[in-house]
Amino acid sequence: MTQTHNVTVTGAPEQPFTLNFGPQHPAAHGVLRLVLEMDGEVITRADPHIGLLHRGTEKLIENKTYIQALPYFDRLDYVSMMCQEHVWCLAVEKLLGVDIPKRAQYIRVLMSEVTRIANHLLWIGCHALDVGAMSVFLYAFKEREFTFDFYEEVSGARMHANYFRPGGVGRDLPEGFTEKVTDWLPQLEKTIDMIENLLSENRIWKQRLVGIGVVTPEQAQNWGFTGPMLRGSGVPWDLRKSQPYECYDELDFEIPVGKNGDSYDRYLIRMEEMSQSVRLCRQCISMLEGGLKDQPWKIQNFKISPPRREQMKADMESLIHHFKYFTEGFHVPEGETYQAIEAPKGEMGVYLISTGGPKPYRCKIRAAGYAHLQGLDFMAKGHMLADVTTIIGTQDIVFGDIDR
Amino acid sequence: MSYTSQHLQKHIQPDVLEEVVQHIKTSKSDCILQAEVIDSEMVVVARRADIVEMLYFLRDDAQCQFKILVDICGVDWLGREGREQERFDVVYHLLSVAKNLRLRVKVHVAEEESVPTATDVFSSANWYERECYDLLGIPFEGHPDLRRILTDYDFDGHPLRKDFPLTGKVEAYYDEKEERVAYKPLDMPQEFREFDKTSNWQGVSGNMVLAEEDNVFDEDEFKNT
Repeated sequence: MTQTHNVTVTGAPEQPFTLNFGPQHPAAHGVLRLVLEMDGEVITRADPHIGLLHRGTEKLIENKTYIQALPYFDRLDYVSMMCQEHVWCLAVEKLLGVDIPKRAQYIRVLMSEVTRIANHLLWIGCHALDVGAMSVFLYAFKEREFTFDFYEEVSGARMHANYFRPGGVGRDLPEGFTEKVTDWLPQLEKTIDMIENLLSENRIWKQRLVGIGVVTPEQAQNWGFTGPMLRGSGVPWDLRKSQPYECYDELDFEIPVGKNGDSYDRYLIRMEEMSQSVRLCRQCISMLEGGLKDQPWKIQNFKISPPRREQMKADMESLIHHFKYFTEGFHVPEGETYQAIEAPKGEMGVYLISTGGPKPYRCKIRAAGYAHLQGLDFMAKGHMLADVTTIIGTQDIVFGDIDR
Repeated sequence: MSYTSQHLQKHIQPDVLEEVVQHIKTSKSDCILQAEVIDSEMVVVARRADIVEMLYFLRDDAQCQFKILVDICGVDWLGREGREQERFDVVYHLLSVAKNLRLRVKVHVAEEESVPTATDVFSSANWYERECYDLLGIPFEGHPDLRRILTDYDFDGHPLRKDFPLTGKVEAYYDEKEERVAYKPLDMPQEFREFDKTSNWQGVSGNMVLAEEDNVFDEDEFKNT
């Protein structure tokens, strides 16, 4: 066996041979190691080796309070941070049995949709780069930078925001925030149009995507696909519509559904989802600036949300609440729940078991990418080596949430 | 009825859940230990030997159509009261796109027992079961390729078991002679500190009902900040 760079070739060239792809290959989206069995240029079996980014998040969460566990969720799927926080907050709220104020719901949805745009911008940039288009990457990342600015404004951190909290959000939107988002949206729409102009009818783009990685609706369900991977195969399923959480049922938006189940359909779906997210952002902003202005952004029950700092300095009871909240944490009643949201990549779920007390007993994180990557084997079978990067790209693989 | 989180429950129709649970109960009574709706989530506890038959039924029955296996999760209930023998739970989460329903199926497993594999029913079960085996050490009988998946290639132990220490058992270091990363037994200069003191302050117990004034916003108070 000879080892040169990232590629290891074993066996004589005329026999079926094994190719090691990654884990440091730029098209492997992080730390994917693929062992490919090939017949010439054609793939007969793809065996993804994952776990190179395994950090034991679930074990760590079992040893942390409910608030301390929250930042781990930013670090799961590290390109759609707030969506991950969202699912944790929902699971904790379900076990606590609390409701959250309307303004908090709208802020969460606004930030979730900004996050969806950020995720899809990264996806289209990297996907196009993998397939061979350089400039899309630059245009997409320029816009993505604005979403980081929004993150920074609401939470102080550009990526790992820790902004959503059980019971609402960490703080109110800063002054002038909604205006900044409103100003940015037309510019984003222009960029989306430009990217679509560059790619949709592009001959090379279509040759690389149309008919690659075809998934039938039966296969998609059998392999546990969710999100754009399921919708691309023509199954109209979006948790924001079918099992609406927060205020999604009050908002007006549409779900794009594909027809052929190939990579090109999924590309079209994700591009359309960005436009729909822009619509959602506009509706949220008009609510936040209108009827929900000066409303509370978190529940005012100080057993499960911290009191204001000024109160903490002046009032003994608030001081106790503040101290208890940040040291021992709040106790969550015994029970178990599974909560899921429509994350940009598909269904992100948390199965949370509490046996009472301030720490969860078990927390299982269901990542969309885990199921998708498992399907790589059947999707890549019969395709050429170069198509593997297309298929990895179309699955929107990020290793933070697959390896956990 | 207890207070529920309204922002999570909008799509749930309690009578439909009851109906489906009753249907499952009557059709598969010999496979089921328990079936009920808990906090508007359907939970079915199945016999370990019958889990595959149960999953086939749930997938193919016209009233269920749980065609997506969302997740398999192993839970370690080390020393659980009354049922010390059944150390583990394997929890299957199913989703029915056609009926817009979710279902949780549980199986109790003792330490040296294995669970029949669900890979014949759902292809997605393959990696979920590998993960469950890797992290909790629950073997799946008939699984085509039961290798470790998330931990390192020659990892020893099952990290999500409750008796596995949070700090792990080995630490990685770079071996100058061998010119590679290697493992050695964990050396802790200071004992691991666990801040897990019980206190008199019990916080929330039972479901919390928000009082009206909890969500009334005091504008004067806000302006003072």
